[in-house]
Amino acid sequence: MTKLSHIRNFSIVAHIDHGKSTLADRLIQACGAIEARDMKEQMLDSMDIERERGITIKAQTVRLEYKAKDGKTYQLNLMDTPGHVDFAYEVSRSLAACEGSLLVVDASQGVEAQTLANVYHALDAGHEVVPVLNKIDLPAAEPERVKQQIEDVIGLDTSDAVMISAKTGIGIGDVLEALVNRLPCPEGDVDAPLQALLVDSWYDPYLGVIILVRIKNGVLKKGQKIRMMATEAAYQVDSCGYFTPKLVQTTELRPGEMGFFTAAIKAVADTKVGDTVTDDRKPADTPLPGFKPSVPVVWCGLFPIDAADYEDLRDSLAKLRLNDASFQYEPETSAALGFGFRCGFLGLLHLEIIQERLEREFNLDLITTAPSVVYRVHKTNGEMEELHNPADMPDPARIDHMEEPWIKATIMVPDEYLGPVLTLCTERRGQQIDLTYAGSRAMAVYKLPLNEVVFDFYDRLKSISRGYASFDYEVDSYAQSDLVKVSILVNAEPVDALSFVVHRANAESRGRGICTRLKELIPRQMFQIAIQAAIGGRIVARESISALRKDVTAKCYGGDASRKRKLLDKQKEGKKRMRQFGKVEIPQSAFLAALKMGDS
Amino acid sequence: MITPGFGIYIHWPFCLSKCPYCDFNSHAAQAMDHGRWRAALLAELNHFADETVGRTPTSIFFGGGTPSLMAPETVGALVAAVKSRWVSAPELEVTLEANPTSVEADRFRAFRDAGINRLSLGVQALDADSLAFLGRRHSVDEALAALKLAQATFPRVSFDLIYSRPGQTETHWRAELARALDLAGEHLSLYQLTVEDGTAFAPAQARGDFVLPGEDEAAAQFEATQEMCGKAGLPAYEISNHARPGAECRHNLTYWTGGEWLGIGPGAHGRFGGEALAQIRSPGPWLAQVERNGHATETRHRLAPAERRSELVLMGLRLRTGLDPALLAEVRPALDPSGLARMIEDGFLVEDSQGLRTTPAGRLVLNAVLGKLLA
Repeated sequence: MTKLSHIRNFSIVAHIDHGKSTLADRLIQACGAIEARDMKEQMLDSMDIERERGITIKAQTVRLEYKAKDGKTYQLNLMDTPGHVDFAYEVSRSLAACEGSLLVVDASQGVEAQTLANVYHALDAGHEVVPVLNKIDLPAAEPERVKQQIEDVIGLDTSDAVMISAKTGIGIGDVLEALVNRLPCPEGDVDAPLQALLVDSWYDPYLGVIILVRIKNGVLKKGQKIRMMATEAAYQVDSCGYFTPKLVQTTELRPGEMGFFTAAIKAVADTKVGDTVTDDRKPADTPLPGFKPSVPVVWCGLFPIDAADYEDLRDSLAKLRLNDASFQYEPETSAALGFGFRCGFLGLLHLEIIQERLEREFNLDLITTAPSVVYRVHKTNGEMEELHNPADMPDPARIDHMEEPWIKATIMVPDEYLGPVLTLCTERRGQQIDLTYAGSRAMAVYKLPLNEVVFDFYDRLKSISRGYASFDYEVDSYAQSDLVKVSILVNAEPVDALSFVVHRANAESRGRGICTRLKELIPRQMFQIAIQAAIGGRIVARESISALRKDVTAKCYGGDASRKRKLLDKQKEGKKRMRQFGKVEIPQSAFLAALKMGDS
Repeated sequence: MITPGFGIYIHWPFCLSKCPYCDFNSHAAQAMDHGRWRAALLAELNHFADETVGRTPTSIFFGGGTPSLMAPETVGALVAAVKSRWVSAPELEVTLEANPTSVEADRFRAFRDAGINRLSLGVQALDADSLAFLGRRHSVDEALAALKLAQATFPRVSFDLIYSRPGQTETHWRAELARALDLAGEHLSLYQLTVEDGTAFAPAQARGDFVLPGEDEAAAQFEATQEMCGKAGLPAYEISNHARPGAECRHNLTYWTGGEWLGIGPGAHGRFGGEALAQIRSPGPWLAQVERNGHATETRHRLAPAERRSELVLMGLRLRTGLDPALLAEVRPALDPSGLARMIEDGFLVEDSQGLRTTPAGRLVLNAVLGKLLA
């Protein structure tokens, strides 16, 4: 049992590639929590995708024993939090479980937009933030400039910033001392009714759902009957403990501690991040503040390329949801794409991660339709409905008005690229809120409609800033907007999976853009194909693909028979990747293009 | 109705130089041991003769490579072997592919004496620049002289041209084809240039060294070819082959009508007794294997009914006469009924008491038609 005064709970705030995972590895090593031979790169990022992309998807904790220079042994709880904006709420819950943060900044790169958002979250959570400059051993490191930038942009005192190289191990001891000396210890009343913050949960095939908690007050014991205050579900605690990162079982978790418990919970969906766990017999009067259910903001259709994989897709989605309750799905049928699912995500990265996991871990080939935001449709009869799928848009005559979600976006960019970035924001109907400079970097804050951002904004931003711009956002509010549905017609028949909702001012150019792209992507066929974009009954753009003129092979003799036959068989396989629409075959790439289309 | 026939294909894999468009199994070689090659080709022929006793050969075809570089004695020995191992059809067609260089033309008489009764000349183009582009070693004058000599020497002569070359227009091709039709006897093979993987043209095209005429231009040239050859009395009987009625190449018809054939020599393919065979492709290993085993079959498997049907369709629809009623009945299970109905409705195919065949529109887009039909 560790006294409250000997516990420090902290998280690490860093931009991708600024060295968060490497620092975590070094801290684990320095405290001897894991034998060198068991050490693998990036201990805390357990999923392949996390390692490859350098991002954290699930919160993880590790408890370290550290003997400080003052001779006392401290319990350090490192909470690795998801770094991405899509998981902003999850991040805020993780931060609420700690008293302090290490702000890790690459000493050659400086502060990025994502760091900024997360450090503000940490400050909002009342954290003591310790600046750490990483990669100081690199020739390009400019620690003094970056320190100044941190002071200018964030307003943090950097006179005591810790200088480290996580890669070579320089300064790791200083980080541990700073944690002990500069971070406050947790507070909590061991005799009060149990209040534990539910930080994360995941599904383990052997243990069932594992719940990660931070004990605020009271004690969580093995065998205890507990209750989730938001969902009001009650369970009996089967086991509890902590990670070192290895799982270690204990009999109880006390105030200030982080750890896990299991309680024969079948699905992660039964546990809500931010909920308060209390004692069922002696419940707390009030839950901990800040709980809100997670709501998907971006929706898209996922369809198996091979219709025979539909059942597999359904099973795979169910399995993924065991582990990630923040995405939702419902069956969807499309005339063009057949049977599939409409899926809701916390953001575009979340969408990509789920799609990638389905393709990689479950071996499914998918068609993803263009992502759409959730519109509020106010109908003339006074009802409001949320629109997840452009195909479901009611008849315009029955719509009084519509609202779309807006975000507050922060973009940091070297000033030589500022011009094109501002132009991009304006094109996407952005409203400037703030524009400031820190050294040679500009920080632009804009209000932007989310639907303009899901439409390849990020790719464009990266390309016009040659990769130097960083971008972060939070969902702001809904506002009324003049929105129309653009349908794409192929040989006069609407292709539901290609329709999209857009602001009236951009409808024509976007319709034209998609027609042009489809003209490039749909191969010539045995007849002429007309591609049109329409708002209601009005055609706003058209292209045509002339009929195939000649494809016959010039030579085919005795030695060619086998080869030609195999070629035809391959064509037949390739056809599975085409979608028959009326007489027209549309390749899957056309549907992906709607997702990736640039302004042209 | 064409009787399927039994053809014997003999592959000579060597050329003086490899042409940049050629994806056939050919290798540039200056010298080889003609005695060893003769013995090996004879050995493989004899091996297959044992397996095909009682069949009636309708054709022999010496292809390559450049079979006109074979020693005439080798050709003679192989023709003689066929005649001694089987009882041939009385009108046995014996074709040799030849390049129209003066060296080869000097041996035409010897080839005729060896039993060749049909010569197929690789003229390819009728202007010097095009011949240079195609990597040909002969001049226009040489080709014309060789053609004249061939026509005086052999009962049947055909020649090849490659059209839709980079920069070639329909007008240019019409003029070239008109000259060719003046020169032609009973048969012409007219191929549109296509760039195949593994040829010297493939990387050159990728680099942008040349650009082939577009699909619309190529289609117009193909249609001009049909029109002009038809008027000149040499209508197309297959996509790229034109002949006076009755002068069609017997050997190639065997491929297109589901007949049987033997493939002798490196990389040759065979079809007989319901099996598909392929010989070792590379000349050195082929030779060594034949000398060891008497044959150099690399793969041999029974053609599944579905495979046989696909081949019959994709080969048969290349003929203007298409699939006759008997073949159509055989391939019917392989045809997608809705695809067939649509192709007929859209005017790409015709089905009647004569069988199933392409329309002129269908012939141009045969690959797409096959895709719908064999879906």
